[in-house]
Amino acid sequence: MILSAKWRTVLTAAAVAVFMVFSQVCLAEASGDNYKIGGIFSVTGPASFLGDPEKKSMNLAIEEINEAGGVDGRKLEAVIYDTEGDPSKTVTSVGKLINKDRVTAIIGPSRTPTTLAAIPRVQRAELPFISCAAGNKIVEPIKPWVFKTAQSDIQAVASIYKHIKQKGIKKVGIITVANAFGESGKEQLQEQASDFGIAVVRSESFGADDTDMTAQLTKIRQEDPGAIICWGTNPGPAVVAKNIKQLDIKTPLYMSHGVASPKFIELAGKAAEDILLPTGKILVADLLGEDDPQKQVLSNYIEAYESRYNETVSGFGGYAYDAVYLLASAMKGTGGDKEKIRENLENISNHPGISGVFNFSKTDHNGLDPSAFVMVRIKNGDWKLVE
Amino acid sequence: MQEILQYLFSGITNGAIYAVIAVGFSMLYSSTELINFAHGEFVMLGALSMVTLAAGFGWPLVPAFVLTVAAVGMAGLLFERLAIRPVRQPDHIVLIIITVGASIFLRGLGMLIWGKDAYSMQPFSDHPPIDVAGAKLLAQSIWILVIVMALTAGLHLFYRRTLTGKAMSACAVSKKAAWIVGIPTKWMVLLAFALATAMGAVAGAIIAPVTMSSYDMGTVLGLKGFCAAMLGGLGSLWGAILGGFLLGILEALGVGFVSSGLKDATAFVLLLLVLYVRPQGIIGSAEVKRF
Repeated sequence: MILSAKWRTVLTAAAVAVFMVFSQVCLAEASGDNYKIGGIFSVTGPASFLGDPEKKSMNLAIEEINEAGGVDGRKLEAVIYDTEGDPSKTVTSVGKLINKDRVTAIIGPSRTPTTLAAIPRVQRAELPFISCAAGNKIVEPIKPWVFKTAQSDIQAVASIYKHIKQKGIKKVGIITVANAFGESGKEQLQEQASDFGIAVVRSESFGADDTDMTAQLTKIRQEDPGAIICWGTNPGPAVVAKNIKQLDIKTPLYMSHGVASPKFIELAGKAAEDILLPTGKILVADLLGEDDPQKQVLSNYIEAYESRYNETVSGFGGYAYDAVYLLASAMKGTGGDKEKIRENLENISNHPGISGVFNFSKTDHNGLDPSAFVMVRIKNGDWKLVE
Repeated sequence: MQEILQYLFSGITNGAIYAVIAVGFSMLYSSTELINFAHGEFVMLGALSMVTLAAGFGWPLVPAFVLTVAAVGMAGLLFERLAIRPVRQPDHIVLIIITVGASIFLRGLGMLIWGKDAYSMQPFSDHPPIDVAGAKLLAQSIWILVIVMALTAGLHLFYRRTLTGKAMSACAVSKKAAWIVGIPTKWMVLLAFALATAMGAVAGAIIAPVTMSSYDMGTVLGLKGFCAAMLGGLGSLWGAILGGFLLGILEALGVGFVSSGLKDATAFVLLLLVLYVRPQGIIGSAEVKRF
């Protein structure tokens, strides 16, 4: 087919025009004044109790930073996708953030399985990545670009054992839920026991939907432990608490941070009385002393979140809130250079956040120690700090 | 000794609940030859309605219980009318797939109405656990046992003594023959649906105080009830009761003496064994004998 000269000119002009428009879009994107930060959270789906407050907290933190002038005068801009808690959707979203949105860093996802699915992509793309999930496998072994802000089982177990040791108890029985959360708790409970001179004399498990745990508790009682530790998320631990009262077991009961919410007290009712558990400080922010390094950050966050979204603050949004602030402080003076941001993140120390005081290093990409948790006792349906 | 007794108490309580659920499966199967995989979801509806009425609205127990059972029975009726009756080619496989679909729908509905949180309520009576040779028997367990026993006796009498009950049994033996002698078979099927789902609601309502109720509790309970019904012999009232108690007790003993990881495995290993060795169940001849 031979095109007439006239047609050829028109086509060439059209091609040039298209190219110019396209390149201008690209240029605008590349030299835009904003830093784009990717967010991937399980905003809907079964883990929406994590993702929803995380998304809201990320937006809140970015608004606050922008109001205060942004990072080096440049504003931050959030690009948030919903993973629905699904690993394959997470990987797709990470791909979009890297290739289409060309973000400077990624915050999220909310769950450990989705985080683990995303890690290979961000490692290859060499992008700073701050996960909001709790699983310890995320930062163990250390991956250069991967950080996380949520406290992990290690610190929770350590604070429980510290308390048990102070009481002079030597034998504990543990009962854990049969899912990833319970398994990882069980692993830590058994691993750290000897460090505190404690022996785990009986280890039992229960299904997440089980209706009755008296058989397991009867077995634990036979060993006569000095304390019982239950590791799970609602509603199982509430059934355990009720069963223990019903069986008239007087042994002190410890729970994990997985039930550190008013919902647990509501579910377990009177059976919640006197249970001890570790929790992030956000649950007891108003009980903290003025000298607590996190006091100021916590009260600011709680006030801002509750007035902005008109709902009670949860412990989970803080993971994303911390991630944004950590990232913003690491981005200062880098001009968006990813390797520099990564290095700065590793050098952050004494950064008071919602989940604890962060001290990152080359060998620690979580940056928290057991002080991120405080032990509380449930008294009259409310939390009381344990000294 | 104290331990064995405690395992037995736990097993009997759970078993009674499995038994009521199994009766629902069996009842529907005997008059429609249909296995309703949405049955567990009706248990969930029963439990959550009971919690809402009794704990949420603060109703007295009896009206809350009656309304819960009646409402879920109505839901079963609607289910038959809207999802089962209009099917143009009512092959068993089509109908069973419809019940699977209905179970997903009902779970979604439960999540929309009650959200994803779990709920709990007070036991029916505030009596402290009873001490039997060191083992503790819950007051609620006694409630559960008494209600299950009364229900079984009532159903037995209904099938043996009342005209409607006999007409339902007749439908179960042969629908066509029943129709020829003037029994309104369509009404009987509708009644079977309403009764079976009401049984599910009873199971849900009596279990609500001993455990936590949430929108996704029905799946496992439904499967356990189905195992129990298969174990005893699908289509037999006493078989379902026997299967339920047997399953509950074996589960508790399995947890007590072997490992707590085995709890759910017990039910499904038993189901497989039954399917291999004695497909008609413990009670029940090869030609399934109905109510």
